[in-house]
Order: sequence, then structure tokens, then C-alpha cells
Amino acid sequence: MTMPSVYGFLKKKAVLACILTAVFCAAAAAGVSITLPAGSTASGVAYAAEQSGGHSPAAVEAKGTDGATQPSFQPPPKLKASDYPQIRGINGRVLVWVAAQLHLWFAAFVLAVPIFVFVIEALGMITKDKRYDKMAYEFIKVSLSAYSVTAILGGLLLLSLVVFYPDFIKYLASIFNSTMLAYAFIFFLESASLYIYYYGWHAMDRGFLKWVHLTIGLILNAVGTTLMFMANAWVSFTMSPHGVDAAGVFEGNVWHAMHNHLWNPINLHRFVANIAYGGSIVGAYAAYKFLTSKTDEERAHYDWMGYTANFLAVVALLPLPFAGYWLVAEIYAYSQQMGITLMGGSFAWLFITQAVIIGALFLSANYYLWCGMERSHGAHRYTGYIKYIAAVILLCFLVWFTPHTLILTPAELKALGGQYHPFLGPLGIMPAKNTAVNIMLIFTFLSFLLYRRANLVAVVSWARQGSAVQAAIMTAAILNIIVLGTYYGYYTNTVYKVASSVPQVASTLLVLVSCMVIDVFMFKGAREVGPLKWGKMPERSQYALFLLAVSFTWLMGLMGFIRSGIRQHWHVYTVMRDNSPDAFTPTIGYAAKVVSVAAVIFMAMVIFIFWLSSLSSKKQEGH
Amino acid sequence: MNNFAKVILFSLIVILAFVLFANVYIPHIQPSPPPAEETIDVGAMTMDKFIALGDKVFNGKGTCTLCHNAVVKRAPLLEDIAAKAMDRIKDPRYKGKATNAAEYIEESEREPSAYVVAGYGVTGTNDTVSPMPVTTSGAIGLSDVEVKAVVAYLQNLAGAEVTVEIPRGVPAEKKEAQAQPAPAKNVEEAVNKYGCGACHKIAKIAGAVGEIGPNLSRIGSKKTEAYLRRAVINPNADIAEGFLPGMMPQDFKDKLTAGELELIVGHLLKSR
Repeated sequence: MTMPSVYGFLKKKAVLACILTAVFCAAAAAGVSITLPAGSTASGVAYAAEQSGGHSPAAVEAKGTDGATQPSFQPPPKLKASDYPQIRGINGRVLVWVAAQLHLWFAAFVLAVPIFVFVIEALGMITKDKRYDKMAYEFIKVSLSAYSVTAILGGLLLLSLVVFYPDFIKYLASIFNSTMLAYAFIFFLESASLYIYYYGWHAMDRGFLKWVHLTIGLILNAVGTTLMFMANAWVSFTMSPHGVDAAGVFEGNVWHAMHNHLWNPINLHRFVANIAYGGSIVGAYAAYKFLTSKTDEERAHYDWMGYTANFLAVVALLPLPFAGYWLVAEIYAYSQQMGITLMGGSFAWLFITQAVIIGALFLSANYYLWCGMERSHGAHRYTGYIKYIAAVILLCFLVWFTPHTLILTPAELKALGGQYHPFLGPLGIMPAKNTAVNIMLIFTFLSFLLYRRANLVAVVSWARQGSAVQAAIMTAAILNIIVLGTYYGYYTNTVYKVASSVPQVASTLLVLVSCMVIDVFMFKGAREVGPLKWGKMPERSQYALFLLAVSFTWLMGLMGFIRSGIRQHWHVYTVMRDNSPDAFTPTIGYAAKVVSVAAVIFMAMVIFIFWLSSLSSKKQEGH
Repeated sequence: MNNFAKVILFSLIVILAFVLFANVYIPHIQPSPPPAEETIDVGAMTMDKFIALGDKVFNGKGTCTLCHNAVVKRAPLLEDIAAKAMDRIKDPRYKGKATNAAEYIEESEREPSAYVVAGYGVTGTNDTVSPMPVTTSGAIGLSDVEVKAVVAYLQNLAGAEVTVEIPRGVPAEKKEAQAQPAPAKNVEEAVNKYGCGACHKIAKIAGAVGEIGPNLSRIGSKKTEAYLRRAVINPNADIAEGFLPGMMPQDFKDKLTAGELELIVGHLLKSR
């Protein structure tokens, strides 16, 4: 791209950023516009209330006795069905749902990619291997095209909320208006740092400038993560509102509202999940490029890219269940009722669907690793173990997949002798599932260790003892997990059932960290059996990467539904009731259909973006 | 087939598999609709009806059975709470102000941590803090009447004398909320207002295609005006063949305005 065209491109992006900022400012102004200046008269206050339909939650400035201006808030409005605008032929809830989901998928991708681009660029600087730099540049190029789409979808989400849920967005804006303005400003910063980072890649590719470039990458990540945390604050406030009194009147400050009970658990869960998701999408991109490569060199490059992306996805996938578990534990801690709705009500069956998808994720990630061992000359030493690992992962998957309460006809109920299966019933409760998922994680990690050492021969004198210690740690951890899950899960009361999951997770983390540390030292300076045969992968292995990306996409959609759905008929849980005609909770089947349609739209948009990105590459090659 | 088509087909098959799993394998459970914001008229309520209200709140809106049940045992069972109340009041760990069973139960609903049964407190609080939410606020939001109705229900459940009094005198805002909705202007509005079409098939009324009750699309040719009027205001007076008494709501005589009754009966008479 020539300098004038870069300038033109940046100008277009700046215009887009301006438009989006204006939309955000307008939303923030929904709360601000009826904020009266200090010293307003009573008739002015009445006017503000009148303008907002007499039931606005909006902030109204009031003078305290000491003369200082204190913001005071009205209770959230009690809405009627007629307060929700209807447009013939459009279901407002579905539109908001799909717009939010599409925005989140793209946002997850564009926030995750700069994280590992930064890491890969740093690796390239440390190792002085130019391949890292090339791959990092290709990653960021893919995410750049998705960035504009993310912003446009964010605008669509906001617009659909303003149109279909005006009182709800007005209430949120009355509390968060200052953060919405800050969000718009930070969005500018993110845009600026992203474009400088991308377009300055080659201009700043050596010496001190390379360090400056890396620093810009760090700023980009810091700004992007801050944006996500701010949006998370709005979302988590609707689930666990903080700073409101018993009547629902907001009486805190904006920090109270942001720092609500579920903010940090959601921040962590989304941060980790985004990395896994970003890895899976880039992996799918690399897989497609691999399948359509015309030369061995190209195939080797995209094989390596796919491997790296899958590695990043799996590394982030391993701690994800723990982050999810913390989030659910905090949901229970905030509201036992909400927790039971999540895990014990009609949503409980959704977790069986989740188990199937996560099972697919783990199996496809492992399958890709096993196929990847074909790149190594020394892999035959370990291929015999694969069938046992596969059997254990499958067994764990089946345990996770076992429902607790069966839906039976009266005849089946009579034949079974009760609601629960006599042998499989105990596998339906959380202690069995926690045990299964921890063992599944350890065996996935084992797959990775075998892949890692497939082409290496350790040269340290203590290699045999090192492997024995690793095996001992894994065995002890697995036994500990099983004993904890069995004893505390079935022979003590509920409090211990939940509490025992913590040492189970600790056992798994101990395996991950200690075995990895031992492995790194054990294979330091190890002899290679032969050169790695990058590109020598069967085509079917690439479909594992597609399965990973599609499963992640669908799973995120489904989990988005449940996160939002557990508020049930509340816009803001326990504070602002949803009285729209669509306040009911849809069935899982219905949600699955909406998520599927959204996923297909997302895939079509991603394919379009990748196609655009390839056009840009061809143009560059032409130059 | 080229690679692009293969990848698209593969991805669509994966999505289709997931959506089929969620629609075929997973049971079709319809989540409960949002609870209606009801107003309660205690003016003429008998103690039996008050206890029945408590039963409804305990097993419904109050969400008490999510935890107080014999399967999950997240919270102590309440079958004999009225009998145990005095022992708990005398317990040195008791921090409340109740002096009798009714006050103790009501206090437990409003201040769950006043007394925490051993083993059921929040972890790490040595059974001084209850995980139970305050039932009068938040997502549960029981009214004073509902709180006392639960007390009556639990006293009755334990076989104890029901000592709680039915609160008389409805707050002004509730009276306003109880104001009758505007009378229906035509028969279609009247039928829809009272949901007749959910059970009956009625001629010329869109959506009135129910099959739970008798088909009324030609009822005018078979029954008299007096019969039809009686069937609305006293449904059990005559039961059509093949149907059971008690299936139709018995309170239409209190709900329908005279004009609405005439609209419906007139329409049915013309349905031949």
C-alpha cells in the first residue's frame, strides 16, 4: 500500500471511529441530557421527569445542605408492555440478541489476536527467527479487517437497544454515562494504536524502533483490554447490580456500579476465553490456507501457523473451566437463587449441550496434536499411548455428558424404579463432572507433552528420573482428584461437595505447572531425532481445526444466552423488571436455533473478511 | 468438490449436529413464564384461603423449595418449623426478637441470619450468617401479606394452631392497582379478555380454537339463551357429555360485566 492510500484508508477509519463515537455519545447523553445544572428549580426537576415520561431513572442533580452538588437517582421505572416500541415484522429481542452475539464474536477475536501477536513478535525478537515476525504480521492483518466490522456491529447493537429497549438503555446510561464517554475516547486510542501498530510494522522493524513498535503493541493490548473491562462492567451490573438500595434507587458512584460482584469473574473468564477463541479462528484461517496451498513452502508455513494458533487456543482452553467455575461460584455467592436457576432449573440441560461441545473441543484439539506427531521422526516411540489417552478422554466426556435427572414417561419411570438411573445417576452430579473434567485436562496436557517430546531425545543425565517424577505427580494428582470427588462428593453434605472442587483444581494446576517446568529443564539442549516435517500433515487433521473454531463459536453463543438468560425477567436483576412481551425465557432448542443462525451469519462475514484480506495480499504481491 | 465447498459443508454439518442435539436429544422444557404481578384482596379472605395463598407462595413465587427440600438439602426442612421455633428462640445463638412461633417464622423470612441452623450457615461464618436471601426484597420481593401467608401455611403444615392474623386493610396503591380493567367493547374483545378461546372453539372469533372444552361453534342451534347464560356464570350447573365438572373457572360471575355477559351470550346464540 502506498503512502497516499494508507492516508486515505486511515481517514476512512477515522470517519468510522467518529461515527461510532457519536453514537456512544448519544447513548451517554440519554442519561446526561436530562441532568439539570446545579441550582435548578423544582419546576425544572418536574420538567426533567415530564420529559422522561414521568418515570425516568435518570440522574437529577440536587443541592445538598452544604451547598455541594450531589447526584441523586430516581428508582428504576416500572415498565408496561406498551413502553417497548414494536416494529412490525421485527422481533426486537432477537435483533438485539443476534447483534450482541455477532459483536461479541468479532470483539473476542480482535481483542485476542493482538495479545498473541504481541507475544509472537516478542518471541521473534528474542529468537531472531524471522518466521515469527512474518506470522505475527499475518495474524494482525487478519484481525485488522475484522476490527471495523466489530465497531459497526457494536453500533448496531447500541442502536437496536435504543430503539427496542429505550428505558432500559436510558437507565443504564444514567448510571454509566461517564464511562460511556470514556469508552468512546478509549476506542479512539485503540484505533490509533492498532493502525500505527499495523501500518508501522515494516517501518519499525529493526533496532530501537522495533522496541517502540513492541511497546505500541503493548499499549494496544492494554487499551483493548480496558475497553472490554468497561463493557463487562455494564453487562455484569445487569446481573449483580451494586450500589442500589432495597427500592432499586442507585445511590453509589460509577465505580461502585462498575466494581460489582461479578465484574472480575466475567473479566477473567472473557479474557481467557477470548484468547482461546482467537486462536481457534486463526487456526481455521491457517487450515484453509493450508488446504489451498500450492507449494510445499506455503504448506509448511500455514501448517506452522495452524499449529501455533491451536497451541495458543489449547493453552487458553486448559484454565478456562476453572475461570468458568469461579464465575459460577461467584454467581452462587451473589445470589443462591440465580445460581440454582443456572445449574438446577431448566438451564441445567444446557450444560449437557455444553458438555457435548466441550467434548468436541477437547477431542478435536487432541486429535490435531496426535496427527501433528506425524511431523516428527521419533513419534513412533509414543504413538502406542494415544489409544489409551483417547479412551480416557472419551470416558471422561461420557461422564460429563451424563444427565442427572432423566425426563421419562410414566412407563419408563416405573421400569427404571425412579427418576435417576441406579448406576449412572450418581455420575450426573457436579462432583463426578468436576472429577471428569480435571482428568480430561490432565490427559490433554499429557497429549501435549508427548507431542512436544516426539522429536526430541533428552540429553540430561536425570531424564529417566525426571519422567518418573512427572508420572508420579500425574498419578498422585489423578488419585487425589478421584478420592476428593468420590468421598466429598457422595459421603458429605453440599457445602463440602462444592468446596472439594478447589483442591481438585489445585491438583490439576500442580500437574500443569510442575510437569511443564520439569519438561522444560529436561529437554533443554535436547537432541532432535530429525528435522520437523512442517507441512506433512494429513488433510483430515485440518478439519480438526475447523471443528475447533465452529464449536468455539457455537459454544460462545450458547454461553452468552445462558449468561443473559439467568437474569430471567429482569433487565437489571432484582432492580428493573422486564415487562416486554418477550420477557419470557426461551427454550434451549429455540436458543440453539438463534445461535446457529447467528453463527452462520458470522461465518459468512468472516469468510468475506478473509477474502478481502487475501485481495490485499495479492495486491501487495503485485506491487 | 473444491476445498472451499468442503469446508463450508463441514462447518454447516457441525452446526446442524449441535442444533439437532439441542432440539432432539435435550428434553423440551418450557421455562416458567415470568410471575404475574398480582394484587391480593385480603378483604374477604378466610383462613383456609390464606393458608392456600401461603402454600402457593411457598411453592411458587417465594422459591422456598429450591433449597428447603428433601432431595438437595441445601437448607433445613420446614415441615416442623412451628414446633421447633420455641426451642430455637431459647437457643443462646438466637439473635432475634421473636417471642412466639409465628413471629419467629416471619422474622426468618425478613432476617434470615437471626438464627442459623447448625451446618447451614455461609462457609467460614461459623453458622452466624445465613445464605438465605431476604424474602421481602430482590428477586423474590414478597409483600407483607405474602410473608404472613407463608407463616400461616407453615404453622398449618406442622399441625400447629395457626396464630398469625390475616392483615386487613389494603394499601392505597394496591387498591388502585385492583381497579377493574375497561369493559370489552365487542364480543371478540370479551372472548380474548377472559381467554374463552383457549378451551373452546367459537365461531367467527380469531384464535378461539381450543379443544379442552366443548365446541361452541354451533351451540346456538342446540341451547337456549338461559342455558348459555347459566353455563357462563355457573359452569357446573350443567356438564356437557364427555367433560368433567370443575374444569371451567368458577369466578366469571364475579369478573364479567353485565354488558360483556350479554355480548358473549348473544354471540353464542347466533352461532348456528
